[in-house]
Amino acid sequence: MSTATAEVEVVEKKAEPLFSKKNKKLISNPLDIDNPITVQVLGVCSALAVTTQMKPAFVMSVGLMVVTASSNVVISMMRNSIPSRIRIIVQLAIVSLWVILVDQVLKAYVYDVSKQLSVFVGLIITNCIVMGRLEAFAMGNKPWPSFLDGIGNGLGYGLILMAVAFVRELFGGGSLFGFKVFEAMGLHYQGNGLLLLPAGACIIVGIIIWIQRTLNGFRESH
Amino acid sequence: MEFIKHQIEKIKPNFEKGGKWEKHYYSFEALETFLFAPATTNGIKGAQIRDAIDLKRLMMTVIISMVPCLLFGMWNVGHQHFLAVGQAASFMDKFWIGVVQVMPIVVVSYGVGLGIEFVFATFRRHPVNEGFLVTGMLIPLVMPPDVPLWQVGLATAFAVIIGKEAFGGTGMNVMNVALTARAFLYFAYPTDISGSVWTYIGEAKTVAGYSGATPLSLAADAATSGTNVVTSLNSFGAGWNEGVFSFWNMFMGIMPGCIGETSTLMCLVGAFILVATGTGSWKVIVSVFGGAYAMGLLLNLIGGNAFVEMPAHYHLVIGGLAFGAVFMATDPVTASQTETGKWIYGALIGIFTVMIRVFNPAYPEGIMLAILLMNVFAPLIDYFVVSANKKRRLQRATV
Repeated sequence: MSTATAEVEVVEKKAEPLFSKKNKKLISNPLDIDNPITVQVLGVCSALAVTTQMKPAFVMSVGLMVVTASSNVVISMMRNSIPSRIRIIVQLAIVSLWVILVDQVLKAYVYDVSKQLSVFVGLIITNCIVMGRLEAFAMGNKPWPSFLDGIGNGLGYGLILMAVAFVRELFGGGSLFGFKVFEAMGLHYQGNGLLLLPAGACIIVGIIIWIQRTLNGFRESH
Repeated sequence: MEFIKHQIEKIKPNFEKGGKWEKHYYSFEALETFLFAPATTNGIKGAQIRDAIDLKRLMMTVIISMVPCLLFGMWNVGHQHFLAVGQAASFMDKFWIGVVQVMPIVVVSYGVGLGIEFVFATFRRHPVNEGFLVTGMLIPLVMPPDVPLWQVGLATAFAVIIGKEAFGGTGMNVMNVALTARAFLYFAYPTDISGSVWTYIGEAKTVAGYSGATPLSLAADAATSGTNVVTSLNSFGAGWNEGVFSFWNMFMGIMPGCIGETSTLMCLVGAFILVATGTGSWKVIVSVFGGAYAMGLLLNLIGGNAFVEMPAHYHLVIGGLAFGAVFMATDPVTASQTETGKWIYGALIGIFTVMIRVFNPAYPEGIMLAILLMNVFAPLIDYFVVSANKKRRLQRATV
């Protein structure tokens, strides 16, 4: 969790005039009160599938952030010329363009991770976070806020992914980013097989939602 | 007793509103009502229905019904231990080994579980519920005799927090808490809860020809090799533990297995207590056994491999079917609530148990998964029973 929060601070420190209070909210809201995974409950499928280790989870987060931000910008620039009846297919075309780009870059530079992620990079195209942001934000906002919104949601997604992957890799396999933590400390650690199963990831996401709701004082509205 | 009561009365003001330990009131109250009858009962005037039964008495009845299983299990742990190492031992020696093996598991299960219950009760400001009294006893009974204690603690913590408190505490859980603990261990540490872990060996050396196979694994092997299951069960243990898997022996439960679940007989004694006191539903127990038996007969008719052709009554005595049927499936919180629903719920547990056993080589025993699955479906069964009843009555109605 700590690594991802550190990234956020970096973004917020670069506060230029462009980062008005409203624009800052576009980045900070998805991290907590409007988190794509724990609050909007989108993109859960990939959050369960790619989080057995931290490295693929990290690459996946970056990949999704790039795709969301870039397609947000492109769609936002085109938003006034897209006929509303065919907007979904236009959005899909733009998203698939970026997904293919990301996929090719991963294959070229981090081939082993790309193989581990297998279909899930390609499936970013169906990730509800991307389509959701395009529909809900980029279609009605200027390119710069749309870009920030994409980055913010990518970070929010990445934050949860990294938190889940941290718990799963540390307690499931006894390592972090492939580094055997417990063995380095001279301890024998028996990996917890449940955490390596998708069901374990689902339980961890549930616990994160529980903690977050407790901290935010969330009450179910009937 | 008078002395303890006096002491409790003396420290009581500290825990009441305004006292210095006010926030620990519910821990105090739990302890006080556990030792003595609560003082907050109704007056003798009026027309209330007066009955001694409350949640605590109900839970104690279930615990009493588990005592035969526990005591037999303790003796059996020692008995199997001495058979496996090839020594003769007296009854008390066997029992003592069992006590030494089993009591720490019971203590860990109760300690961890009650600790979490007290913490949640203090934070959420509600009285400590008695639900864990039964769960804390069920968990040790479904563990292998030499399971590592930290695993018992972890599994109990998981079951109480994720299986129960996350849903809102006692009476709100969707799935049976004790089985959640076992399922957790089953998926988290499969090597410690499957294979040949069912006999406590300790430091000693096993006898020649010793094997940790279970009736279920023998039956699964028989299916691939094509030998008759009954023959291979009867011939198992030759030389060191003659006839351990004969039908009668398996009914008595003198065989390796989880601490409390080997003996079908002791489970039936427990079932008798539960049914006689009206604590458990006989419909669920009967329908689980009936469902498993019917499914076994059906498989016999279809035929196929040796496991499928195993006589149906063997399904009732091997594995944990009896224990699950009597103590797990009857859990009033997670079972179906409607009377018709109980028949459907129980029968489906029995059917699924046999199906998982016979057709899924990854899961040698099916009762745990079958009960957890049907726990999830119990509300749905109730829904359909209720709506069918409504429909029937609406047709009769003449408006």
